[in-house]
Amino acid sequence: MMTIPGPVLSLRGVSKSFGPVQVLHGIDIDLHAGQVLALIGENGAGKSTTMKILAGYQPPTGGTILLDGQPATLSGLRAFEDAGIVLIHQEFNLAEQLTVEQNVFLGRELRRGLLLDKTRMRQLTRDYLDRLDCAVDPDTPVSKLSNSDKQMVEIAKALGRRARILIMDEPTAVLTGSEVDTLFAQIRVLRDAGTAVLFTSHKLGEVAAIADRVTVMRDGHVVRTDAARAMTEDDMATAMVGRDVSDLYPAKPGVAADAPMALRVAGLDVPGWASDIAFDLRAGEIVGIAGLIGSGRTEAMEGLCGLRPATTTRLEIAGNPVHVRSTQDALAHGLCYMTEDRKLRGLLLTKGMRDNLTLQALHRFGRVVIDRGAEDRALTQAIADFDIRAGNRDVAVGNLSGGNQQKLLLAKIMQSQPRVLIVDEPTRGIDIGTKQQIYAFLRRLAAEGRAIIVVSSELQEVIGLSDRVLVMRQGRIAATLADDDINEATILRHAIGVAAPQTRKAS
Amino acid sequence: MTTQTVTTRTPPPRRLPSMSVLGPILALVILVIVGALMNSSFLSAGNINNVLSRSAFIGIIAVGMTFVITAGGLDLSVGSMAAFIAGLMILVMNAALPSLGVGVPIILLGMAVALVAGILAGLLNGFFITTLGIEAFIVTLGSMGIYRSLVTWLADGGTLSLDFDLRTFYRPVYFDGILGIAWPIIVFAAVVIVGEILMSRTRFGRHCAATGSNAHVAHYSAVNVDRTRLATYAMLGLLVGVATIMYVPRLGSASASTGVLWELEAIAAVIIGGTVLKGGFGRVWGTVIGVLILGLIDNILNLTDLVSPYLNGAIQGVIIVLAVILQREAKAKG
Repeated sequence: MMTIPGPVLSLRGVSKSFGPVQVLHGIDIDLHAGQVLALIGENGAGKSTTMKILAGYQPPTGGTILLDGQPATLSGLRAFEDAGIVLIHQEFNLAEQLTVEQNVFLGRELRRGLLLDKTRMRQLTRDYLDRLDCAVDPDTPVSKLSNSDKQMVEIAKALGRRARILIMDEPTAVLTGSEVDTLFAQIRVLRDAGTAVLFTSHKLGEVAAIADRVTVMRDGHVVRTDAARAMTEDDMATAMVGRDVSDLYPAKPGVAADAPMALRVAGLDVPGWASDIAFDLRAGEIVGIAGLIGSGRTEAMEGLCGLRPATTTRLEIAGNPVHVRSTQDALAHGLCYMTEDRKLRGLLLTKGMRDNLTLQALHRFGRVVIDRGAEDRALTQAIADFDIRAGNRDVAVGNLSGGNQQKLLLAKIMQSQPRVLIVDEPTRGIDIGTKQQIYAFLRRLAAEGRAIIVVSSELQEVIGLSDRVLVMRQGRIAATLADDDINEATILRHAIGVAAPQTRKAS
Repeated sequence: MTTQTVTTRTPPPRRLPSMSVLGPILALVILVIVGALMNSSFLSAGNINNVLSRSAFIGIIAVGMTFVITAGGLDLSVGSMAAFIAGLMILVMNAALPSLGVGVPIILLGMAVALVAGILAGLLNGFFITTLGIEAFIVTLGSMGIYRSLVTWLADGGTLSLDFDLRTFYRPVYFDGILGIAWPIIVFAAVVIVGEILMSRTRFGRHCAATGSNAHVAHYSAVNVDRTRLATYAMLGLLVGVATIMYVPRLGSASASTGVLWELEAIAAVIIGGTVLKGGFGRVWGTVIGVLILGLIDNILNLTDLVSPYLNGAIQGVIIVLAVILQREAKAKG
């Protein structure tokens, strides 16, 4: 940016308290037209509250909001929207059964007389989508769209509200790598057209790629604001955590050559997703499974664990041939899968921690009548073992932070005492401090003699954790990598199917 | 983070806001006080026995309904199912009369028919809902029509009556009891105790709540979702059979008007008792309170002449809506 005009939207000394708990302590934030600001921080640092104040969802308890340099007297969501400030939620705010066009104009339908002016709405929707380079048909029901297209519809909706300030809460959390690229291309289009964009992400690589400036929050304070190119990813992480995080991944002790075989899979077929998957896993070993989204990683593992229809020509657990046709079979053989989607598949969000913890292993808590005392002791133990931080044991799990939910999910899976543990995206959407803890837990579980498979889209995670890496492409294992071959370039080459090293690197 | 050490004493279960627990109990207590003030015979043993016996049929069914709703389902067919089972029972017993004669065996045969028919009817509902994946509302709306029509057809539009001698022999199952407590009440109490333990203390109860709360999570937690749901419908069918066994000796007949609106009363009792209609949370003891509230309103209106008994349905309707509003407010606060 050559010239930096005054900020279009600012917070000056803004504080926020919920009852006696102060979550924001006099923070200053500036959004400039034609710039992308990344707001980063660990879970609980105050990012969400800051965004809600910026977008008018919550009033601050102290300080001022400046709009175009003037103290804003806006009150209520509608007033903020009329001022051109739009917040896009992490969980999309779209009516799934309605079409794209209906969603874009939801609540602000154009009319001609008493009837809807469909022609104009269709044409405007088309315009907005064109501006975003998005080829979606306005007549498509939103439920049929991919996550990235839904994101585009959200942005189109914001355009329809003449947004000049766009606030995006973790827009990339649900997107695949190429979808992220598309989104960023479109954010750049909006930025160049003069929109001020604020976004949050846990992926620091993305922050470095898209942001012009970065504001780092920690414990309700702004600890640093700087130009993006003035900060390395390490700088960002250190500022977020407040300590050095270079030891993010635990040391790899190596797997003894004579370690017993924990799992041997041959000819695993998951119709429509994966075929002819074969691999071995030793006790104490952590094997990473990398691959692009859609490469069948998750589906192959779900098939292996009886969660979806699948066949194997041979399956051995601890040297014994077994058959797994259902999740109950898998459980009985000590084969457990931890889902990538903790909110929709992993935890009962309206229930307490105890019910969640023991759900998968209730048979261990009494033959006929459940021993609640034993459940409570198990919860006490799990809270200690996995450092789960909840104010109160009976709080609904949906109110826990993402990191604590993930720890609880891991604790829940461990209740069934798996010999072979498959974890899918074990650190999705959680802060770096909690990630470090989860990596340490996984290594500790391996050291106890369990065999662990880590499925992840984050290459750094796969590289940092795994003793060996399987790369999947189009439903097959494209490569098995060990030692020095476990690096980003090699994994990516196999994942996208270009064997020769001279091809350009996908970022 | 407060460094509060976890005490070994288990904390009191405070998962639910107190209003949703206290509300139904409070309403019941108020009803009892109102009833006692309005009519001196309200608290007599005879009246209490009468109210409880009449409530027992709906109550037994409502316990089963609690499980179905908790597991995320619904069954609209129970009233028609009860009428059909009653008709079937009467037909079979009348037909077996020449060969078996009046006695215990023929009663046992009738009971067996009721229980088997109930389980089968429940399994059939459950099969369409789980295996074929059709909405519970649609399936049971369909079977509701089918059973109602079948019983009308079996009775040829009139009434199916149990043979007079048989009826006299069977009567004590409704009218007698132990220590002055009628059999329907005893059976109801037994069903409630077993149901409460099943719901709150066993794997099956937890699996029902997990399934109703989020079927995906339950599936990924190695819960057999389909079998759990099927079991709730079969169990409800069985309990409809049990209720019919207690009901037939009362009148000794079945017709197209038998068990009309029982399904709504059972569902209402479940909801008033604090079970969540969308599923995921249910409590059997709450259902019992719901049943008693509905039964007492009916009884009080019959005993006093302040309000016409014809307005019973209106008052019940108001209470159902009130119960749900109270639950929602409690949830919002909590």
